Amino acid sequence: MKKYQLGEFEEVVILTIGILNNEAYSVSIKDEIESRLSRSVSMGALHTALRRLEDKGYLKSFAGEATEERAGRPKRYFEITALGKKAMVYSKATRDELWKAIPKTVLQINLGR
Amino acid sequence: MKRMEPKEAPPQFFLRFFRWYCDPKVLGYIEGDLMEVYERRLKTLGKKKADWRFILDVTMLFRPGIIRKAGSSKNLNPYSMYKSYFKIGWRNLIRNKGYSFINIGGLAMGMAVAMLIGLWIYDELNFNTYHKNYNRIARVMRTLHVNGETVSTTTLPNALGDELRTKYGNQFQQVVMAALAGDHILSASGETTLSLRGEFVESAAPEMFTLNMLQGSWSGLNDPHSILISQSAAKALFGDDNPMGKLLKIDNSDRMDVKVAGVYEDLPYNTDFHDMKFYAPFDLLFSANAWVQNVSFTNDFLNIYVAIADHTTFESASTQIKDAILNNVRENKGYVDVNPQLVLHPMKDWHLRSEWKNGVMAGGATQIVWLFGIVGAFVLLLACINFMNLSTARSEKRAREVGIRKAVGSARQQLMNQFFTESFLTVGLAFVVALVAVSTSLNWFNHLANKQIEMPWMNTYFWLASFVFILFTGLLAGSYPALYLSSFNAVKVLKGSIRVGKLASLPRKVLVVTQFTVSVTLIIGTIMVYQQIQFAKNRPVGYSRDGLLMIQMTTPDFHGKQDVLFTELKNTGAVLEMAESSSPPTAIWSENGGFDWSGKDPAYAPQFATLTVTAEYGKTIGWQFVKGRDFSENIASDSAGFVINEATAKLLGFENPVGETLRWQGGWRSKFTSFTIIGVIKDMVVKSPYAPPVPSVFFLSKYGTNWFNIRINPQTSVGEALPKIKAVFKKLIPSAPFDYKFADQEYALKFAAEERVGKLAFVFAVLAILISCLGLSGLASFVAEQRTKEIGIRKVIGASVFSLWKMLSKDFVFLMIIACLIAIPTSYYLLAAWLENYDYRAEISWWIFAVTFVLSLVITVLTVSWQALKAAMMNPVNSLRSE
Repeated sequence: MKKYQLGEFEEVVILTIGILNNEAYSVSIKDEIESRLSRSVSMGALHTALRRLEDKGYLKSFAGEATEERAGRPKRYFEITALGKKAMVYSKATRDELWKAIPKTVLQINLGR
Repeated sequence: MKRMEPKEAPPQFFLRFFRWYCDPKVLGYIEGDLMEVYERRLKTLGKKKADWRFILDVTMLFRPGIIRKAGSSKNLNPYSMYKSYFKIGWRNLIRNKGYSFINIGGLAMGMAVAMLIGLWIYDELNFNTYHKNYNRIARVMRTLHVNGETVSTTTLPNALGDELRTKYGNQFQQVVMAALAGDHILSASGETTLSLRGEFVESAAPEMFTLNMLQGSWSGLNDPHSILISQSAAKALFGDDNPMGKLLKIDNSDRMDVKVAGVYEDLPYNTDFHDMKFYAPFDLLFSANAWVQNVSFTNDFLNIYVAIADHTTFESASTQIKDAILNNVRENKGYVDVNPQLVLHPMKDWHLRSEWKNGVMAGGATQIVWLFGIVGAFVLLLACINFMNLSTARSEKRAREVGIRKAVGSARQQLMNQFFTESFLTVGLAFVVALVAVSTSLNWFNHLANKQIEMPWMNTYFWLASFVFILFTGLLAGSYPALYLSSFNAVKVLKGSIRVGKLASLPRKVLVVTQFTVSVTLIIGTIMVYQQIQFAKNRPVGYSRDGLLMIQMTTPDFHGKQDVLFTELKNTGAVLEMAESSSPPTAIWSENGGFDWSGKDPAYAPQFATLTVTAEYGKTIGWQFVKGRDFSENIASDSAGFVINEATAKLLGFENPVGETLRWQGGWRSKFTSFTIIGVIKDMVVKSPYAPPVPSVFFLSKYGTNWFNIRINPQTSVGEALPKIKAVFKKLIPSAPFDYKFADQEYALKFAAEERVGKLAFVFAVLAILISCLGLSGLASFVAEQRTKEIGIRKVIGASVFSLWKMLSKDFVFLMIIACLIAIPTSYYLLAAWLENYDYRAEISWWIFAVTFVLSLVITVLTVSWQALKAAMMNPVNSLRSE
């Protein structure tokens, strides 16, 4: 059993929320991912991911201000919880371990080409 | 906040679709996101692309994490909302006390009338259902062809019972012969003597009629010297003693000593046998009376009741037995000629279809049931119309309320609920008031309608019907405000740019016309019913009813004491004259054919009422002679003389009937006897006062008389005379109870049915008018209120009170006139059809319509004027200041 479950897209989202730090709401997250990773993010995928992360307890949200361009609808800001941070660290640690385990030659050969 | 330009909006359909499916918890945020992104794309990519992306986004959002869970948004507790509906509804009722009163009162009145009529109809339809074999019991009837007419009778020969049992036994479960239903004297060991109605029946009768035995059993009549008595009779005869085994004597006859073998619960009032206080064995009658023992197919005196077998129907049993008498009298030509046919009259038709015409059932109480059913429905309709009129009229005032409610966020469904709640609240309150009114007035109604109805508190159908009615009225009356007003656009209503009234008042006018048409028809109908009764009451009776006492000779003890009685009675000074007769002056107990006279058409065989009297009869009851003279004891030939009435004289066709001869071959006479007509009297109203006079012949005989007729001395009051007469009777005939009837009271009974209809029609008409007036007054005041400002301005400019009153009343008077124009021909048609039922009937005269027209006009003007004048007299300062 994995200790923390974090899918690939979910990891991207939670990392972006970390980058945005207090400025993370769905549209800014979408913009950030799109600009940094040059991939398009659908609203549906993003919101589903956000809900799942919130359900898992990695994120918490609070209502923000309503603005004119949002037709009076409030923003919903996201913040990483302690559990979320642990999951991120765990995820990074497992990757790092995997990286370390790769024989140097494999990468060198590839680089040599 | 900047208003959004229409071209900037995303595709509304998809936005709505999104709102519909999205989980309400995240709806606001995501919608905000969508809008933000859309705005941005609109600037960078243009509307078309932005729209497409928007559609794509919405479609991509349609996935499990976003779609709301089924039913998740309906978990609100609606209780507080219902509470609010009721609170607001109640406040509305309280605030408009006048309208609420009219509304609830009018509807309650209509409901109460409908309920009373409903109960009455229910009672009528359940007549005789007390008997558990109700669906299988029938009465055997015989139809005879006489003078080209088919008459039906329940009187049957005594040989028929056994004939049915032996030859047609497979058709019947039980066959019961019953005889001499009538008043009989029961005396308990010489102490208590009572005259009670009872019948001699065969022993299977208690089982067939499923009498509810409180003591003893159904088999109690197996012993010929036994009797079953009702609970009330037991109480009257024996008080609190146990009646079982007690000895009784019937009609003071030594051969009719009986022992009480059972006590049954009194039959309820809505059964045909409700007044049967005892059942005695047929065998007792058989053994005690010689004339009963002559068993033949020509000895007619009894009734036969049958319970048909399970496998057969009334129709097939009727077909089987139809010739049961004819087959046994074929050698007698006279009997074959009248072609006696038997037919079963099922118990379920005894009450509702009691009249027979030409050998088939021809209505009876059904017509009255229909009549009152329709009247009840109409009164209820009037009340409902009122209710709807007033609620719709009132609701227009609430258009602004609807606007405000909508502005602060009321959903349409909630407004509908609000209006429906109010309508149901009113109907519910009216129902409660109606229940109270009905339960308090039921006694009075029972008295009026000659019924013994009780409140059906435990009857499921009653509550079901009430529930359906409340639902129906509530929905109907509430539907206009609920469906129409709730659709108003809040902005338009608040700006005041919606004008309700012009179109909405048309259906209201139609309803007012309907209402008045019904009321006017009822008024005309009531006047006509009274007119007809009055007409019949004013009919010359042909004798004098005042102070005429009638005593039936119920026991043999009466006979042979006439002379002593007469002398003794005259000695008291309270009695003027006394005579005997076979029938009381208010009825005909015997009719006979077999008359012949010179110049008679041989094929013609008329029936005359044949009335045996003593010589003083004419003097006693006050005959009015047209020609000839009265009987005289001193003229011996009068024993072969006839006194005839005008109807007979007309039928005979003699120019001067006095002195002519009538030959009569009566039932028991084998050959013709000649009678000379000595006098012609004015027709007496003997049967129905609406029927043509019955051709009658009177002749002298000391035998076969059943009644004493006593003329009380007009110088003594009835109160003084009665005790004196009673004393004489007690002295001379101590064994018989002193039971007497007054001719005028008996005569008045002939009007009972019509008077009952008249009284009920009067009550309903008054209620209908009252309900209509209530509604009219409510509408008038509403109209006046709506035009308060207009009236104020008119007054300021200089309109007079009179012109304002005319303006406000005009519309209603116009509606009234239309209603009269519809009602008058309708009621004329209906009444003409009703009067067809009576041979002796009043004319429908034009003044009835004129009076009704004027009366309704006056009522309308008075009702409307009250409100109109109130509005017209108001100080314009007040009406113009108010907002």
